[in-house]
Amino acid sequence: MAAHSLSPSLYRLLFAVKYASLHSRCCAVHKKAQYSTIYNPSEKTFEKILIANRGEIACRVIKTCKKMGIKTVAVHSDVDSSAVHAKMADEAVCVGPAPTSKSYLNMDAIMDAIRTTGAQAVHPGYGFLSENKEFAKRLAAEGVTFIGPDTHAIQAMGDKIESKLIAKAAKVNTIPGFDGVVKTAEEAVKIAQDIGYPVMIKASAGGGGKGMRIAWNDEETREGFRFSSQEAASSFGDDRLLIEKYIDNPRHIEIQVLADKHGNALWLNERECSIQRRNQKVVEEAPSTFLDSVTRQAMGEQAVQLAKAVQYSSAGTVEFLVDSKKNFYFLEMNTRLQVEHPITECITGLDLVEQMIRVAKGYRLQHKQEDIPINGWAIESRVYAEDPYKSFGLPSIGRLSQYHEPLNLSNVRVDSGIQEGSDISIYYDPMISKLVTYGATRSEALARMEDALDNYVIRGVTHNIPLLREIITHPRFISGDISTNFLPEVYPDGFKGHQLEADTRRELLASAAALYITAQLRSQRFLGEVEVSGQWDLASPLLPLTINSTHKMLQCLSRDASGNIVLQYLGTSFQVRVLSKLAAELNSYMPEKVPEDTSSILRSPMPGTMVAVSVKPGDTVAEGQEICVIEAMKMQNSLTAVKQAKVKSVHCKPGDTVGEGDLLVELE
Amino acid sequence: MAAFSVARSSCGFLSGLRVSFRSLAQVKHGAVAASVPQTSLLRDSRWYSVSHLSVKERIDKKRKAALIGGGQKRIDAQHKRGKLTARERVELLLDPDSFVETDMFVEHRCSDFGMEQDRNKFPGDSVVTGRGRINGRLVYVFSQDFTVFGGSLSGAHAQKICKIMDQAMTVGAPVIGLNDSGGARIQEGVESLAGYADIFLRNVMASGVVPQISLIMGPCAGGAVYSPALTDFTFMVKDTSYLFITGPDVVKSVTNEDVTQEELGGAKTHTSVSGVAHHAFENDVEALLNLREIPPPFRECHDPSDRLVPSLDTIVPFESTKAYDMLDIIQAIVDEREFFEIMPNYAKNIVVGFARMNGRTVGIVGNQPKVASGCLDINSSVKGARFVRFCDAFNIPIITFVDVPGFLPGTAQEYGGIIRHGAKLLFAFAEATVPKITIITRKAYGGAYDVMSSKHLRGDVNYAWPSAEVAVMGAKGAVQIIFRGKDNQAEAEAEYVEKFANPFPAAVRGFVDDIIEPSTTRRKICRDLDVLASKKQVNPWKKHANIPL
Repeated sequence: MAAHSLSPSLYRLLFAVKYASLHSRCCAVHKKAQYSTIYNPSEKTFEKILIANRGEIACRVIKTCKKMGIKTVAVHSDVDSSAVHAKMADEAVCVGPAPTSKSYLNMDAIMDAIRTTGAQAVHPGYGFLSENKEFAKRLAAEGVTFIGPDTHAIQAMGDKIESKLIAKAAKVNTIPGFDGVVKTAEEAVKIAQDIGYPVMIKASAGGGGKGMRIAWNDEETREGFRFSSQEAASSFGDDRLLIEKYIDNPRHIEIQVLADKHGNALWLNERECSIQRRNQKVVEEAPSTFLDSVTRQAMGEQAVQLAKAVQYSSAGTVEFLVDSKKNFYFLEMNTRLQVEHPITECITGLDLVEQMIRVAKGYRLQHKQEDIPINGWAIESRVYAEDPYKSFGLPSIGRLSQYHEPLNLSNVRVDSGIQEGSDISIYYDPMISKLVTYGATRSEALARMEDALDNYVIRGVTHNIPLLREIITHPRFISGDISTNFLPEVYPDGFKGHQLEADTRRELLASAAALYITAQLRSQRFLGEVEVSGQWDLASPLLPLTINSTHKMLQCLSRDASGNIVLQYLGTSFQVRVLSKLAAELNSYMPEKVPEDTSSILRSPMPGTMVAVSVKPGDTVAEGQEICVIEAMKMQNSLTAVKQAKVKSVHCKPGDTVGEGDLLVELE
Repeated sequence: MAAFSVARSSCGFLSGLRVSFRSLAQVKHGAVAASVPQTSLLRDSRWYSVSHLSVKERIDKKRKAALIGGGQKRIDAQHKRGKLTARERVELLLDPDSFVETDMFVEHRCSDFGMEQDRNKFPGDSVVTGRGRINGRLVYVFSQDFTVFGGSLSGAHAQKICKIMDQAMTVGAPVIGLNDSGGARIQEGVESLAGYADIFLRNVMASGVVPQISLIMGPCAGGAVYSPALTDFTFMVKDTSYLFITGPDVVKSVTNEDVTQEELGGAKTHTSVSGVAHHAFENDVEALLNLREIPPPFRECHDPSDRLVPSLDTIVPFESTKAYDMLDIIQAIVDEREFFEIMPNYAKNIVVGFARMNGRTVGIVGNQPKVASGCLDINSSVKGARFVRFCDAFNIPIITFVDVPGFLPGTAQEYGGIIRHGAKLLFAFAEATVPKITIITRKAYGGAYDVMSSKHLRGDVNYAWPSAEVAVMGAKGAVQIIFRGKDNQAEAEAEYVEKFANPFPAAVRGFVDDIIEPSTTRRKICRDLDVLASKKQVNPWKKHANIPL
């Protein structure tokens, strides 16, 4: 009956929609993109390992430990007491309250946990204490093995300046024109001018992209200096800074190395990590489309030279910037397991965690360089609890009210440390999971990634799947034409979600209409008057549809009685309104509700803590002037005025905890 | 009189009452019907003399006139206000082509002030009445027509409404009123007042017999407000509907308060401050489309009834002072996460609303720890009590989620009569004979524990989650009484927590039937509802109980 009232054009579209069998896809052969743990029971190893980390990486380490028959101890903060990693481990010890400085960075508490549980070794994961030489020293003093390189290598590579000197000495290509520890803003400007713009400013002690800012002129250098030194102080307790020449349009390619304590070292091929936003990686792949075997080998050999130069043992990563002419420059060495290690595991078949544990126990490497293959292609998407429509991703928090990983698909690996019902809090990294797909070829891996993203059900927090799906299907990405500037170049006006073409628009509308009608028909079915064939499951968040004889996976995010349907289609969520012809006609009489004028009020774009408020009532602010700074997920974000105006009232003060959408400042 | 004697002789069966009432209504109805031919006969003769149209043509003409109500100009004015016409509303509310109209030819009978002139006669007068179907289910509808004399209520208007209400009761179908009326038809004087009273009486008689829903889509002022107030649910449309006893002008002259219509009786006021309305919608179209789903009818279910909900295992925070959102629990447990909340903005410390479990409609009541720790106060008790009684009246099972630290203390509450109002919720749960399933998620303290559909109030199935704490009060308060003067309060507190802050004291006494894993809650409730479908429980016969109003 509802069908009758649909507008005729929409109704005609419906004939194109065939109902796909829901279960047809779930029956696919279970095949996983995996690494194999070649655990040899006769090889004596540790009896108990403590994992000084949380989330997915803690779970990842525990998995391998279980395969190797090693008992595990998790540490957790009080809010993490029912977290997945704490439940997965054989033992769990609470090491303090939620803020990381009081729990996961609390060395005293972690040392106590090691003593009480009798753990023989500690795996630090990444972040937190993984590159903290102090921690490694304290472990050594108590006779506990640190699963990672020794203190010397951590110290040498942890310092950006020292590491480059060592790299130079080891005949590794380094970036021209860098040097200097910076104390004041003016000194920073002078150094920058000497090097020549653009320059990059970052905390010496920081890893990854955190605290890294690019300056194109003196003004930005001063600003960058201020932010980076603040961030350096708050995140690392070490306010030294580094300024160096910034290579325009570079690729970020890194080499995984693995070394033992007997002077042997291997390179396990490269990872292409050029897709970044704010210098944090989003999508990674291995191998890289850009490297030829000669460059690969040259990079690999230099990476091994560097590892040997610092007597490196364990798994480590040597990061390079590669310019368009395949010149590569040493960037830094990460003396830990990288976030993106799964893609290396996929193409080499090695279990890096297992190798780290073996090496830490003192065993020699099992492989020779010629044993290291490149088998197939692996892609990793970092699924974050972030709103991709705001600067390619501002943190979002919330409770995962529904959460299903796409593990029913073959060649999919999901590394996560959360489950349905988990909270994504402001205290920790907003990463939900690492979604890895694998294939014999790149296009196979990419196609599987598309499927996996479409099948991934995440409700309760805003996530970046729309962005991820757009990236992996973008022609430039598919052709391999990428650089670290990919996102700002491809989306100069910011990410706006998938843009529908005429045919995809029709598909979306037809799907929404079909869904609407199915729901309408079901409402009448209690009478037994209407019989509908097809396999719709209105309770399922996934909508497997066959549209014009191709399978498409859509997701229904919400559906209400007013005909508002939100569908996730091609990664992006679209709001569709399906109304009967009558309702649509009558709806034209309904008045538009006037939305709030937002130009004169500043609302918090994300949840976080107020670090600084730079204005007070009565001040006049210029367009673009900083109003306040919010710290969220360890990032400082500056909020600026969108127009010149007088400040009417200020509703926040430093130290306040603010939620997304909270009113901060009103302008006149 | 007849009603009383029949009720007594039949030893108080409700059906007896209903039958007797029906006959009473028919007598009244008959009287009204008798008066209609008289007036129409008069009118007919007049028509006959001035025009020579055949009867068929005259019928067509009248029907046409009825369809455009007060005329195109007034229809346009109605649209300009962002409102739909009475007929558009009915059409949108009901399944296509299902509306069967009654009394299209009824006209008002007033002859004063020039009202008898032809231009003041509108076939059907200022209301559209009839029956139709919503998703195939029969409903009776009246829709007041603002384009005819501002939707004012004449004797004929009231008579049309009464007729369909009587029919609805005869066949046991819900009544939906779409209100958009300026008030009484002043020209008719006391006849209009009589009309209101006739409707009120039927509202009262139908209460608990058929569901009655009012949707306020325009003004509704003065005595007229009592008809919606007597119905089970009152919904409003934002910005275009008002409900008040006296308007801003009278308020100004009597109490010297300056207040706008919107502030005095708009949707926001009544859904968040006064608690008069149960829900507000953005506009006419949304309101009518949503009304089609209220209360959610029994339907086919795609959500597996044995679905486990692992997210519930971690939802209750470790610290018993930390809040969580009861809606998270409700949405995770019910079919397809669909929960139609009643009064979402009023007395937010209790959550009530409808959902389905394995396709069956259920009423859900839950304390909301996120607001005022989920304590019971005057407003939340009354909100809960009215909802529970609705469910009980219409045989809808009640599922109660308990996390209540007790009743809210303070002079405001005591002076306001929390004793009397809190008793309403207690009364409602105790007298309800529908299937009652209770889940204690965390705190169930003191008298509030008893109130919240406890085993002692004939709860059919009472579960506790492992995080449940059933006790007379929280540890701190209890320790101060039990161990008054003892130095080591912390130790005493720990002892109390060990003994009482867990589900065992209640479980060992059989006051909860089982301690269940939260993830299995949906599965258990669905199974229990299957079993309880055949529940039969009767309260002792009485004329009616005396709930502490």
